[in-house]
Amino acid sequence: MNIDFVVNNVWELIVTGLTQGSIYALVALGYTLVYGVLKLINFAHSEVFMVGTFASWLTWNWLGLGVDTKVPPMVQVLGYVVIAMAVAAVAAGATALVIERVAYRPLRKRNAPSLIFLITAIGASLVLMEAVGIIVDRQPRGMPRLVQPAAQFDFFDATVYNVQIVIVVSALAMMAALDFFIKRTKWGRGVRAVAQNPETASLMGVNRDRIIMLIFALGGILAGFAAVLYCLKVGSTTYDVGFNLGIAAFAAAVLGGIGNLRGALLGGLLLGVVENFGAGLFGNPWRQVVSFLVLVLVLLFRPNGILGESLGRARV
Amino acid sequence: MRQRFVRVAGGAALAAAMVASAAACASSNGGETAAANKCGYKIAFFGALTGGNAILGINIRDGAKLALKQYNDKHKDCTVDLVEKDSEGSAEKAPPLATAVAGDSKILGVVGPAFSGESKVANPILSSAGVVILTASATNPALATSGWKTFHRGLGNDASQGPAAARYIKNTLKAQKVFVIDDASEYGKGLADQVKQTLGTAVIGSDVIQEKQTDFSALVAKIQAANPDAIFHGGYVREGAPFLKQLRGAGVKATYVAGDGAKTDDLISGAGKDSAEGSILTCPCVPGDKVEGSFPADYKALSGRDPGTYSAEAYDAANILLKGIEAGNTTRAKLNDFVSKYEGQGITTKFKFQDNGELDPNSVAVWAYIVKNGQIVPDKEIPKA
Repeated sequence: MNIDFVVNNVWELIVTGLTQGSIYALVALGYTLVYGVLKLINFAHSEVFMVGTFASWLTWNWLGLGVDTKVPPMVQVLGYVVIAMAVAAVAAGATALVIERVAYRPLRKRNAPSLIFLITAIGASLVLMEAVGIIVDRQPRGMPRLVQPAAQFDFFDATVYNVQIVIVVSALAMMAALDFFIKRTKWGRGVRAVAQNPETASLMGVNRDRIIMLIFALGGILAGFAAVLYCLKVGSTTYDVGFNLGIAAFAAAVLGGIGNLRGALLGGLLLGVVENFGAGLFGNPWRQVVSFLVLVLVLLFRPNGILGESLGRARV
Repeated sequence: MRQRFVRVAGGAALAAAMVASAAACASSNGGETAAANKCGYKIAFFGALTGGNAILGINIRDGAKLALKQYNDKHKDCTVDLVEKDSEGSAEKAPPLATAVAGDSKILGVVGPAFSGESKVANPILSSAGVVILTASATNPALATSGWKTFHRGLGNDASQGPAAARYIKNTLKAQKVFVIDDASEYGKGLADQVKQTLGTAVIGSDVIQEKQTDFSALVAKIQAANPDAIFHGGYVREGAPFLKQLRGAGVKATYVAGDGAKTDDLISGAGKDSAEGSILTCPCVPGDKVEGSFPADYKALSGRDPGTYSAEAYDAANILLKGIEAGNTTRAKLNDFVSKYEGQGITTKFKFQDNGELDPNSVAVWAYIVKNGQIVPDKEIPKA
């Protein structure tokens, strides 16, 4: 127990935890969207994220940015990040769509039991992870340093860095955009309709397959954005990067209430902070033990997560 | 009744067919080796050829390969083959490979296992089958005290590397405050514990990281708060590279010191030149360019690369085994006696083994290497005590 360290660094741990948590939240949205509509846990979603990290690595390499490149000027960095986000979003979104097309849709057409979906999800995940592992020789790939970390201001006694601001602000912006899309647009209404009652929705003229493709694509795009933010933060990626992060993001989705968009946000941020405190208090190896204990405790009292399932409920 | 008869007859026929095919197989095999090579003895390489830490294994494999090539050029009528067992450096994958080595009676000795974790599970299997173990890289001290009769270590262990690294931190870097991390592996924890013990009160903090961890923000925050002069990392390059990158990203300037597990170019390509610059890597291995004779050139001709960490040690290890075979020690027991009593000059050091299989302390040299302009270059041999 390292109480001294935690007491002296409360705000530091909160700030770094929120940064990590916003990445969890973005990935958690992918789990939650698919679950909300299909009642399916898409375990291959972690690999969609992994594809996104490699897409941004490739993009930056194509643009001539290696691990040793000096930090480019601010305007260019913005361009590089936006391009990488576009490419990663397309790559991850496409991967998610391919997974849906190859691993899930044929089963859905045959009305397979939900357990079978779980198996193909794990299978698709392994195929992607191992394929990338073989291609990149299972070596970590270093990212260029795009943002020179610079202290921006002090938040209580924690120093806040520009990278952290970029990550938290862009993650929140994307989540707000998604929230708007689901609640205010015609397509979003379709998603909610299919989530609520697929049969009535199709009777009303909603194309169910299209809506399902839409949610996979949306989840993939968000995972792609998360991947770029992760690359900015961590500075390297490996073929199995999705594994731990996927479990954490899934836990975040459950913590907040799976199927609930705002729940994914809350769960992600909370999990990031709890993990950090766990690691600070008991040492790094306890990070996941603590966060999953918290998950179990929360589920004991609120079995549907903090905010409950809601994508399909009338409340939205 | 009839059914039973058919079953019995069928079973007998099947068994007969199997025996016949096995015999055919054996005779064709025997014929082949007799034509090319009347001996057919083998030594095995055991270590990672794929996976995150593959480069260390490849260095060792190629060192051993060179020794075999030179031996076979001299003994065309009685060549020795190298069997490659790729463990991916993983303790989970090692036992079946060790069983396969033990079951092949033509394999007399092993260069390896390369890492300490896999050694712990593979060595009991190898040793109980009498296979001579001569590792060119596994440096956990406990390996020599586990009672494996055929274990030998052709280089210093972490009990020599750890204190030497600590002496370097204290005397050369003159660090007053040191933060120590390890990855809880046999190797990493062993090394970090040695460093902590030698540095004593200069250690102001420590933490444990996980294998395959990529995000170190909490740890970096902790290190930032502790503000050390130097950081010692007991572990491998896979975690070392991203850790170092994030450490520098957060503006921590403390010197990064790690052991031989992080001494590969992947540290620089993973963390970036700027982040890696000035890092110190210790290793009970002799720098390739300090090795005399034609070894560096021959190695490059064979593998297309300059000798890396442990290439020269592996070359020496393979040569000791080959000398034993050359002298007619063609059973595992005889070869083990030969290696245990062996005394002779290799290209890295003068070899002489203690009873527990450890190298004689006078033969052990630990070197410090430094990252300079994106290259790992020898700094100096760390003085003994």
